[in-house]
Amino acid sequence: MTITLDSKVPEGPLADKWQNYIANQKLVNPSNKRKFKIIVVGTGLAGASAAATLGELGYQVEAFTFHDSPRRAHSIAAQGGINAAKNYQGDGDSIHRLFYDTIKGGDFRAREANVHRLAEVSVDIIDQMVAQGVPFAREYGGLLDNRSFGGAQVSRTFYARGQTGQQLLLGAYQQLARQIGLGNVKLWNRMEMVDVVNVDGRCAGIVTRDLMTGEFSSHSAHAVVLATGGYGNAFFLSTNAMACNVTGAWRAHRRGAAFANPCYTQIHPTCIPQADDFQSKLTLMSESLRNDGRIWVPKNPDETRPADQIPEEERDYYLERIYPSFGNLAPRDVSSRAAKRMVDAGQGVGPLKNGVYLDFAEAIGRLGESTIRERYGNLFDMYARITGENPYEVPMRIYPASHYTMGGLWVDYELQTTIPGLFAAGEANFSDHGANRLGASALMQGLSDGYFVLPYTIAPYLADLLNKPVPDTSHPEFAKVQQEATDRFKQYMAIGGTKTPDHFHRELGQIIWDYCGMDRNANGLEKALSEIPALHEEFKKDLRVTGTDTSVNQTLEKAGRVDDFFELGMLMCKDALNREESCGGHFRSEYQTEEGEAVRNDDDFAYVSAWEWTGDMGNPVEHKEPLEYEVVKFQTRSYK
Amino acid sequence: MKTLTNLTLKIWRQDGPDGQGRFETHQIPEISDEASFLEMLDILNERLIEEGKEAIVFDHDCREGICGTCSLMIDGRAHGPQKGAATCQLHMRTFDSGAEIVIEPWRAAAFPVIKDLMVDRSAFDRIVEVGGYITAPTGGAPDANLIPIPKPVADASMDAAACIGCGACVAACPNGAASLFTSAKLAHLNLLPQGQAERYKRAEAMVDKMDEHFGSCSNHGECQAACPKEISIDNIATMNIDYLKSKFKNRKALAR
Repeated sequence: MTITLDSKVPEGPLADKWQNYIANQKLVNPSNKRKFKIIVVGTGLAGASAAATLGELGYQVEAFTFHDSPRRAHSIAAQGGINAAKNYQGDGDSIHRLFYDTIKGGDFRAREANVHRLAEVSVDIIDQMVAQGVPFAREYGGLLDNRSFGGAQVSRTFYARGQTGQQLLLGAYQQLARQIGLGNVKLWNRMEMVDVVNVDGRCAGIVTRDLMTGEFSSHSAHAVVLATGGYGNAFFLSTNAMACNVTGAWRAHRRGAAFANPCYTQIHPTCIPQADDFQSKLTLMSESLRNDGRIWVPKNPDETRPADQIPEEERDYYLERIYPSFGNLAPRDVSSRAAKRMVDAGQGVGPLKNGVYLDFAEAIGRLGESTIRERYGNLFDMYARITGENPYEVPMRIYPASHYTMGGLWVDYELQTTIPGLFAAGEANFSDHGANRLGASALMQGLSDGYFVLPYTIAPYLADLLNKPVPDTSHPEFAKVQQEATDRFKQYMAIGGTKTPDHFHRELGQIIWDYCGMDRNANGLEKALSEIPALHEEFKKDLRVTGTDTSVNQTLEKAGRVDDFFELGMLMCKDALNREESCGGHFRSEYQTEEGEAVRNDDDFAYVSAWEWTGDMGNPVEHKEPLEYEVVKFQTRSYK
Repeated sequence: MKTLTNLTLKIWRQDGPDGQGRFETHQIPEISDEASFLEMLDILNERLIEEGKEAIVFDHDCREGICGTCSLMIDGRAHGPQKGAATCQLHMRTFDSGAEIVIEPWRAAAFPVIKDLMVDRSAFDRIVEVGGYITAPTGGAPDANLIPIPKPVADASMDAAACIGCGACVAACPNGAASLFTSAKLAHLNLLPQGQAERYKRAEAMVDKMDEHFGSCSNHGECQAACPKEISIDNIATMNIDYLKSKFKNRKALAR
C-alpha cells in the first residue's frame, strides 16, 4: 500500500471550513444507512460516543471492547474537566481563543483546521452531555460552574468533582447502552482486536481474539473505526490503566496506516512519585489541584526539615518565579521539565528525593478547609490512601509521569487513516494536540470525534460504496490474517523461555523512559535504538507464558501487547531522533536556550511526521505533511 | 516504610465456569507495606510464572478506584477491610505480619465465576440497557445553561452517579440483590430535570430487569457498608417509591 498524505482540509476561511464541509459533504440517506455495517473498536469516550451516534443514525454497528463492560475504559479516570468555549464566565473566551490556546499549547505542531473544528464543536459537547444527565458542578444559582486549567487565562473548564472523565464516560456509555438495548448496536465484550484485514486496498474488517475462550474470529464491515486509545504504557510506569496498549493502532500501522508523531508523548506534572521498584503503575493527581496548590522545593538541596518547618524565604516557588504570568498553571510540558530540573539539581523532596511539593497550606488558610475539601476532597482522599500521608496537613509530593500520547494514527480531516475505510478517533489518532495537549482537552477531543465529527465524516466514504458488494469473511484474506494471528499467539505459548511478559515490559519501559522520556538527546536515542532490538530478540527467545490458550490467560494477553510495544518503542525513538528540535512534549537537550527553554525549529520541522511500516522495525519510511498556517503565526511559546 | 513478613494467602482457584473450585495456599515471605494489595498479587503471579505455574486470574485495570473492574472478597469482605475504597486502593499497610488472608471471587448467583477470581458482571449492563439513560440523541440539545439546576440537586445526583459498577453491593448482599446499583443509577437520572420525562418508565424497566437477574432486597444494608463509593442506601427507598408510582403513572398503561 503506497502512502499519500492528503489532509483533505476543506476550502474557505478557517472559521467556515467545518460548516462548508457539512454543507457540501455527501450524505447517506436514512433508508440506506442500515445497509452499511460499521465496526467500532474500543468503547471509551470516542468509541462509545461514535458507536452510539452511528447506531442512532441507523447504521448497523458492532462495538468491540476487551473490557467486561464498555464502562471500564480508561477515559473514566480523567479527573479534572473538559474545556469548552462557552464563555459562561464572561471572561473573554471565544472559539477563536480556545482554538488559539490549543494550537499554541500544542507548540504549533497541530493541523489548524482540525483544531478549529474541535473548538467549534466544544460548545455542542457541553450541551449534549448536560442533556444526557451528566451532573456537572453548578453554582448556587443553578448555572454551570467553571474552573481554569493549565495553558489558559480564562475559566472554560467544566467539571464533575474530580471525576469528570467518569461522568462523561458513563454518559457516553449510557447512550451506547441505549442503542444496544434497542438492537442498533451489537456489543462484543472481552474481545480483543488483534489485526486489521484489508482487501483490494480498503479496510474490510478485523480479526479478534475472544479473551474468555482464546478463539480467533473474523468480522467484516464497510468501515472500521479504531478508538483504541494511546500508547503511554510503552513506558511501563504511567498513569494509564494496566490494560491500555497500542495493539489496535499498531496492528493497523503494520497493515498500512501511517503512524504520526510517535515521539509526542505527554508527561503529566502532577503524579504521585514512585515509592518502590515493584510499583505497577503511577497515579495522577489532577492538574486542577494547581489552581489552589503552590509548587515549591526547598532552596537547600540538603534540607532535612519537614515542609511546615521550612520558612518561606528558604522555599523556591520555582514556577511562580520563572513563569510569573502563568505561575503554577504553566502548561504540562513546561511544568514537568521544571520539576525534573529541580529534582535533578538535588532539591527533590520525600524519602527518595524524587518529588516536589504541591502545597495547599496557603489556600486552606485563605478559603478554609471545607472549601478545599469540596473542590478536591476525593483527590485528597486518594492521595492519603496511596501514600499514608494527610495532604490537609502536609504538602502533597508530586512528580511527572507518562500520561497521554499526542502521536497516533495519521488521519485526514475526515479522521480517515491512510487505509481507506479505516478511521481513528480519540487518543488513537494524532490530529488535534500537536506536540503537547492542554489539560481538559482529551475529553473534549474524544467526544468531539465520536459525537460530532466522525458521524459526519464517515458518510462520504460509505456513500461511494452504496450498493456495491464488499468482501465478507469468506474472502481468503480474512482466513490468511486470522491464521497469522493464531500462529502469533501460538508462538508466544511455544517459546517456553524463563521470563515473564511483565519482566520484558518493565525493562523496555525503562529504556524508553531513560532515553525517550522527558529529556532526549541523540546519543541516548541511538543507544535506545540498539538496546530495544536486542531486548526484543531476547523476548522472542526467552519469553515464558504459562497456562493454556483456550481459556482466560492474562499472561498471554500481555505477551501480545508487549510485543507490539517493542516495535512502537523503536518508532518513538526513531521519530525523536529525527526531529532535531524541541517542541511540546518532545524536548531534545541539544535544542534549548541557556535558561533551559525549548528551541523549536519552524524552518525545518514544521511538519507532521507520518511513518510507514516496511516490515523491518529498524527501517520505517518517513512521510511529511507540511503544516501550513493560514491564520496562526508561529511564535515562541512563552508563559512568562 | 516497613516490611511485612510471613503472609499466608488462601486463594480461590477455578479452571472455568463449570470447573470445581478449590483453595490454594501461597506464602508471601515478605512484602513492603507500600505495596498495594494487587501489586502483591502481581508479585505472586510473577513468581508462579517463573515456577512454570499458571498465574492467578483476577480483574483489574485503572488501579485508582474509578473503573470498577477490580473485585475480590478479602477475608469475606467485598473489597477488603478498608472502608470506602476499592480493592485496588488497598495497601499492605492495612495488614499485619503473619496474617492469613482469604481471597475469593465475588459471591453472587448473578455473577458466575469465569476463572479463578474473575466473574461475569454483564447483568449490570443489561439493567442499564433497558433504561439507565436519558434519551438525548446527538445534536439538537438546548443550551446547557437553559435549565438551572439547584446545586444541592446536582450534588445529590452526583453522589449517586459516583457508582463505579464494581458489584461489591451484590457480592456483600446475603440475597445477591442489585438494589444499590440500580437505585444509584435511577437516583442519578431521576433527580435531574432532564430525567423527568422518562422517570417512571425508567424505574419500572430497570427494576423489572434487575429482578430477572438478581435476588430481592431485604434491607440488610450490607451493600452500603461495602460500597467503595459509599453510595447511600436511601437511594433504594426512592427507587421503591418510584417503582410503585410507576404502576400508577405508567403512560403506556394509561393509554390503553
